[in-house]
Amino acid sequence: MNKRPKVSSNTIKRLLSYIFHYKLRFFFVLVCILVSALTSVASSLYLQTLIDSYITPLLLEANPVFDALLKSIITMACIYAVGIICTFLYNRIMVSIAQGVLKEIRDTMFSHMQTLPIRYFDTHTHGDIMSHYTNDTDTLRQMISQSIPQMFSSLITVISVFCAMLSVNVWLTLVIVICITFILNITKFVAGRSSTYFIHQQASIGDVNGYIEEMINGQKVIKVFCHEEAAEKVFDEKNAGLCKDSTAANMFANILMPIMNNLGHLQYVLVAIIGGALALNGVSGLTLGAIASFLQLTKSFNGPISQISQQLNAVIMALAGADRIFKLMDEVSEEDDGEVTLVNVRYKNGELEEVDRRTELWAWKVPNGDGSFRYEELKGEVRFYDVDFGYTEEKIVLHNITLYAEPGQKVAFVGATGAGKTTITNLINRFYDIADGKIRYDGININKIKKADLRRSLGIVLQDVNLFTGTVMENIRYGNLNATDEECIAAAKLANADSFIRRLPQGYDTVLSGDGSGLSQGQRQLISIARAAVADPPVMILDEATSSIDTRTEAIVQKGMDRLMLGRTVFVIAHRLSTVQNSDVIMVLEQGNIIERGPHDDLIAQKGKYYQLYTGAFELE
Amino acid sequence: MIKHLMKSIREYKKDSFLAPIFVTGEVIFEVIIPFLMSKLIDSGIDAGNMNYILRTGAILVVCALVSLSLGFFSGRSAAIASSGFAKNLRRDMYYNVQNFSFANIDKFSTASIVTRLTTDVTNVQNAYQMIIRTAVRSPIMMIAAMVMAFKVAGPLAFVFLACIPILGIGLYFIMTRTHPIFERVFKTYDKLNNVVQENLHGIRVVKSFVREDHEIKKFKDISQDIYNDFSHAEKNLAFNMPLMQICVYGSMLFISWFGARMIVASGNDAAVGLSTGELMSLFVYLMQILMSLMMLSMVFVMITMSKASAERIVEILDETSDITSPEQPVMAISDGSIDFENVSFSYSKNPDKLCLKNIHLHIASGETVGIIGGTGSGKSSLVQLIPRLYDATIGNVRVGGTDVRDYDLEVLRDNVAMVLQKNVLFSGTIRENLRWGNAEATDEELIHACQLAQADDFIRTFPDGYDTYIEQGGSNVSGGQKQRLCIARALLKKPKILIMDDSTSAVDTKTDALIQRAFLTEIPETTKIIIAQRISSVEHADKIIIMDDGEINAIGNHEELLASNPIYQEVYASQVKGGNDHE
Repeated sequence: MNKRPKVSSNTIKRLLSYIFHYKLRFFFVLVCILVSALTSVASSLYLQTLIDSYITPLLLEANPVFDALLKSIITMACIYAVGIICTFLYNRIMVSIAQGVLKEIRDTMFSHMQTLPIRYFDTHTHGDIMSHYTNDTDTLRQMISQSIPQMFSSLITVISVFCAMLSVNVWLTLVIVICITFILNITKFVAGRSSTYFIHQQASIGDVNGYIEEMINGQKVIKVFCHEEAAEKVFDEKNAGLCKDSTAANMFANILMPIMNNLGHLQYVLVAIIGGALALNGVSGLTLGAIASFLQLTKSFNGPISQISQQLNAVIMALAGADRIFKLMDEVSEEDDGEVTLVNVRYKNGELEEVDRRTELWAWKVPNGDGSFRYEELKGEVRFYDVDFGYTEEKIVLHNITLYAEPGQKVAFVGATGAGKTTITNLINRFYDIADGKIRYDGININKIKKADLRRSLGIVLQDVNLFTGTVMENIRYGNLNATDEECIAAAKLANADSFIRRLPQGYDTVLSGDGSGLSQGQRQLISIARAAVADPPVMILDEATSSIDTRTEAIVQKGMDRLMLGRTVFVIAHRLSTVQNSDVIMVLEQGNIIERGPHDDLIAQKGKYYQLYTGAFELE
Repeated sequence: MIKHLMKSIREYKKDSFLAPIFVTGEVIFEVIIPFLMSKLIDSGIDAGNMNYILRTGAILVVCALVSLSLGFFSGRSAAIASSGFAKNLRRDMYYNVQNFSFANIDKFSTASIVTRLTTDVTNVQNAYQMIIRTAVRSPIMMIAAMVMAFKVAGPLAFVFLACIPILGIGLYFIMTRTHPIFERVFKTYDKLNNVVQENLHGIRVVKSFVREDHEIKKFKDISQDIYNDFSHAEKNLAFNMPLMQICVYGSMLFISWFGARMIVASGNDAAVGLSTGELMSLFVYLMQILMSLMMLSMVFVMITMSKASAERIVEILDETSDITSPEQPVMAISDGSIDFENVSFSYSKNPDKLCLKNIHLHIASGETVGIIGGTGSGKSSLVQLIPRLYDATIGNVRVGGTDVRDYDLEVLRDNVAMVLQKNVLFSGTIRENLRWGNAEATDEELIHACQLAQADDFIRTFPDGYDTYIEQGGSNVSGGQKQRLCIARALLKKPKILIMDDSTSAVDTKTDALIQRAFLTEIPETTKIIIAQRISSVEHADKIIIMDDGEINAIGNHEELLASNPIYQEVYASQVKGGNDHE
C-alpha cells in the first residue's frame, strides 16, 4: 500500500456540526459529564480527607464521636447522588442525540441520493450504496453515544489531575509532559495505522455488500447455470480481503491500550527514580511525601489517558464510515435550473386560469423574467432538432435526430435492438442530457422546464418493470398518490389487470414483495401499465410496455390506453409491429439514425426497411 | 444456537484460545504491577532507599515490557480470531445460500440476506472479540481484586458480594427489556435495506413518476422506526452505568463509615482490625472492581445486541434446501426427451391453489416445442419443473426417461439450459458474463455462441468489443441486447435441452427469426422449448402447446392449430390483422 487514505479534518468538523444541531441538549450533556467527572475526582480525593480530617483526629480522642464523620459521609452521599443522576441523564440524553444524528444523516443521505443523476446509479453497485445506510452509519453510533462522553469525561479528569500535579511539583510535571508527548506520538502512529485499515475495512464491507446484493439478486440465474462454485470463489476472495483489513484494523486498535498502559507504567518508574534522586539529594525542595502523592497522581493520570486511547478506536472507525457517507452526500445532484412549471388550468373568459384541482387541461407556467408569469397550454408537441447523444463522450449513439410529434399524435419508434429507441425517451424526460442539438416541448427548451414538472407531464411505462414492496393497490397508486381505490381499480381494468388481481389470495390487498416475485412477467407489466394509467398524464411513453403480454390481452390493453390517451401525445416503442401499426407516425431507427418515418400505410408502400421488418415477421423463409 | 455458530470458528480456534491465555497473563501483571508500585512508595520513597527504588524500578520495567508484549499478542490473536470467525460465518452463510432452492430464495428477501451477511455478522464479530478479550479480563481482574480485598479487610469486603445480586437483578431486567427491542430493530434494518434497494433498482420509475418525496417519506418512516426502537433500547441500557455507580459509590461510603469505625476501634492496628494503609488499598481494589464491572457491562450490552443478530445468522445457516441431489444420483443424461406424467404444481404446495393441473406431455429428443398462452397461464411454471427449479407437487417429470429427482442437480442443470424470463447480467465484461455458461470456453466458442444468438454483430460495434464492461443489472445495454447475451450465455453450456422463457420479447422480429433459424441448423439435436408471445417465434416448431389457466389446452403444429384451435386462431388473428390487408 503506497497511498494511505486519510480522513480529512473536514470530516470531523462536519460530523460535529450534526451534533451541534442539538446545541442545548449537547451543552446540558457536557455539564452533566462535567459534574459526573468531578464527582469521581472528588471521590478519589475523599479518601485523603477521610484519613486526614476524620480518622486521624478520632484516633486521638479517648471517646470518639462519629457525628462529624457521619455528616461528611452524608455530604458525600449527596454528592454521589448528584453524580449518579448526572451520569444517568447524560447517558440517556446522549442516546437521543446519537440516534437523532444518525437519523438525520440517514435521511439527508437518502434525500440527497434522490437528487442524483441516473448516471450515478448506473455506475455504482447497489449493495455498496446500501452499505452506507447500515454499516457506515452504524459506526457512528458507538462513537457519538459512548466515545464522545467518555473522552470528554476522561479529559476533565486529566485536566484536574494535571492541575493537582502542577500544585505539587512543577519540575516533575515537566517530566510527565515530556513523557506524555512521547506517548501521544506513538499513539498517533498506531492510531494512524488503524485508521488506514478501518477506511479499507469500510470500503471492503461496501464491496462485499455490493457483491452479495448483486449475486443474491441474480441467485436464480446462478442456480440455473450451476454457477454456485464460481460465485463462491469470487466471494471468498472479497471475503478474505475484508478479513485481512478487518484483522489489521482491529489489531492496531487492540494493541493501542496495552501500549498506553505500559508506557504509563514506565513513566511511573521514571518519575519515581527522578523524584527519588531529586528528593534524596535535596534538590528543588522535594519532600518524600510529595513524591509519594505525585506518584499517586501519575497513576490517576494514566488511567483516563488510556481510556481516551481506547475510545479512539471507535472514533477512528466512525470517521472511516463518515468519510464514505460524506462522499455520497457530496455527489453532484442532477442539474435543474428550469423555471417553467406545470400547472392545471381552466379556461375562463378565453383566458387560462390556474387552478389547484385536477382538470383535463395543463399549462406551462413560464416566468417572464419580471416576476410575472404567462401560461402556455400544454399540447404535447415534442420536437428534436439535430440531437446527438452518447452515454459516454467517446461513443455517440444517436446522430442528428430530428423528429416532431404533433399534439395528440401516437408516435412509434421501431428498429433493431440497440438502435437507440429507449435512448430517445431517456432524453425527453432528461434522464440524460443531450450532447448537441435541442429539444423543444411545446416550443419550450426542455432545459428550461423544471425536471420534476417535465417528468410529471410524461407518464412512462418502462421496459424493466419495478414494483415496490406493498399491496397491489399501493403499487398502482404509485402513479397518483391521491387516487381513490375506485380510480386505481378503474386503471387496473383499463390495463386488463383487474381479473388476475381479483384472483390473487387477497385481491388488491395482496402484498407484493421482492419486486413482485410471485407474479408472472406479463402480470407485472399489466400492473405497471395500470400504474401509469392512474397517473393519467398529458403525454405518455410506452417503452416495450406489453412485450411479455400475450397478444390477445395486449389488444384489449391497447384499446383501453387509446381511449385514455385520446387527443394526447403518446410515444410507443415496440418490436412487435402489431403494437405500433395503428400509430399516426412510425419512426424507423437504425444505429442511432432515423431512416424512415411516416404512417404505417406509407411505410409499407415505400417498401423500405419497415416493409422488410413487417413482412419478415410473417414470411420467414 | 451458540453451538451452531461455534462451528464457524474452525482454523481460528488456536487464536481464540491464545487470546484469553495472553489476556490472563496480562491481568496477572496488571495485578502485580500496582503491588510493586505501592512497594516502591512504601519501602523505597518513604524510606528514602534509592537502591530499592532502582531495583524495584528495574523489575517494574521488565514487568511492563512483558505485559506490553502479552498485550500485543492478545490484541493480535483477538483480532485474528474475531475477524476470521466473521469471515467464516459470512462464508458459511453465503455457501448455504448458494444451496438454496428457488423456494428458499423466495422466502428470504435479498435485502434481508444482505443485512444478515454484513451488519449482523459485524455485530457478532464485535461481540466475539469482546468475549475472548474483555469478558476474560474483567472477571479475572475482579476476582483477583476481590481476593485481595478479602485478604486485607475480611468481613468488610462482604459489601462487594452484596453488590452482585443487586447488579445481577438490574442487568437481568435491562436485558429482558432490551432484547426484544433489538430483535425488532434488526427487522427494521431489513426494511430499511429493502426500501433503499428497491429505490435503487427502481430509480427510473421513481424519477419518472417524480416520486422522490414519496420515497423520502417512506424512508423517513423507517428511519424513524429505527430511531424509536434504538432510542428505546439504548435508553434502557442507559440504566447500566448509574446502576454500576450506585453499587460502587454505595460500597465506598459503606467502607468509609465502617472502615473508619474499625480503624478507630482498633487504634489503627492492622493486626486487630484495620489500618489506614489497608483502607487505602481497599479503595484501590474497589476501583479495580469498578473498572472491571464497567467493562463487563459493556460486554453485556454487546451480547444483548448481538444475540438478536446471532439468531438471524443461525436462521440462514439452519435453512436447508428442499431440493437436493439424491444419495446415489444418476450422473448422465441419455437424451433430451422430456415427459410430464400427471403433473400438478403449486408454489405454496397447496393442492387447492394449483398453477398447473394434470399435465401429460411427451417431448421427443431434438424436437422444437413452442409454448403459447395468456398472461399467468402457467407457461413459466411448466418449464421450471424441467431443470428442477421447483419440484412437482403431484406426478413426476422425466428427462431422458429418468425422473428429474434422480439426477445429480448439477448434471441436470448443466444439460438443461434455461434462459429465464427475468434475466440478469452481472457487473463484469461481456466475456466474463458469457463464461458463466462455460468457464473453459475458448474465444471461438464464445463468438460462435454469440453468432447463433445474433449478439456478435452488436458486440463488435462496442469500442471494447467482448471486453465491454456491463454495469450491474446490465443497465448499459438495451433490453434486446441483454436478452441476446443471456441466450448466448445459455448456448455456451451446449445443453441437451434449451429452454427459452420469453427470451426474445425485446428482440425485433427479424433478429428473432435469425435466432430461430440458427437453432434449427446449428443445434438440431438439442431439444428446444420456446415460450413466446409472437406466433412467428413458434410457428415453425414441431409442436406448439397452448396453455390456458394451468392446463394444456391443445397440442399440435401451426397448421393443425390454426385449423382447429380457437385460442390459437385468435392469437394469430391479433398479430396478423392488418398485415394480411396489405398483402
